[in-house]
Amino acid sequence: MNIIRYKTPELATWPRFDRLSSLRDILDSAFQGYTPGWVPALDVFEDEDKVCVQIEVPGMKKEDFDIALQDEVLTVSGERKADSEKREGESFRSERIFGSFSRSITLPSPVKDDEVTAAYQDGLLTVTRPRPCHPARPGPQPTKLS
Amino acid sequence: MSALATSETQPARTECRVDSHNRIEYVAPRVNLHQDAEGYILEAEMPGVGKDGIEVTIEEGKLTLVGHHRENSPRGRLVYRERRPTAYRRVFDLDPHIDAGKVSARIEQGLLHVHLPKAETAKPRKVTVS
Repeated sequence: MNIIRYKTPELATWPRFDRLSSLRDILDSAFQGYTPGWVPALDVFEDEDKVCVQIEVPGMKKEDFDIALQDEVLTVSGERKADSEKREGESFRSERIFGSFSRSITLPSPVKDDEVTAAYQDGLLTVTRPRPCHPARPGPQPTKLS
Repeated sequence: MSALATSETQPARTECRVDSHNRIEYVAPRVNLHQDAEGYILEAEMPGVGKDGIEVTIEEGKLTLVGHHRENSPRGRLVYRERRPTAYRRVFDLDPHIDAGKVSARIEQGLLHVHLPKAETAKPRKVTVS
């Protein structure tokens, strides 16, 4: 079973990140069965014109990632392969996790796939997606009194 | 364990160090350690750390790895966090057979590789019977 990471409550400004939704995820996962692999940590940033997801995946190659966007759900998956070279001798500390991972995150509103850009540097995969331009909301209209 | 055992107790994932002015918190990176006849190969996961943020120190029989996150341009307001913004640190007791002068390190995509070759005198050697 995947480890459910601690969610900082004060940062849960999006309702889908609150603690209740993580409880829902646990309940959902019980019905979806066992998902193998590991769960890399991620951060989400946003500002006026973009949403940026940053995932910790050290020691991989660009080709190892698969980034997909379907409707509102961004899914990043990949496989970290153990290097089989230099495996003579003895290994007496194996804390790194290898194998496949997959993380999905719901972004605020749908965008086209080609609008997403990704970069891999220092073991961090950064997926950036521009925010859709919302039509300017009409401000409060003064009510005319007759 | 004598050879490259961690100085800190095993489950220490985070540690706090107090220097003269402030209290610094570190997180221990995940490490793979492999030994062969030539020496040791240590791999430490430090995502977010660039070449300039790495400090590898050998002092008094201890190997200290410290990694500071690269200063990035602000990406916007943080709305959700799982990653730790703290620096990485981990200390290992060195096998006395290691040739400290030949230790080399490189970092690739947040993965620090440290090569610790054994001194020539410590390598296994065959004696021919005459």
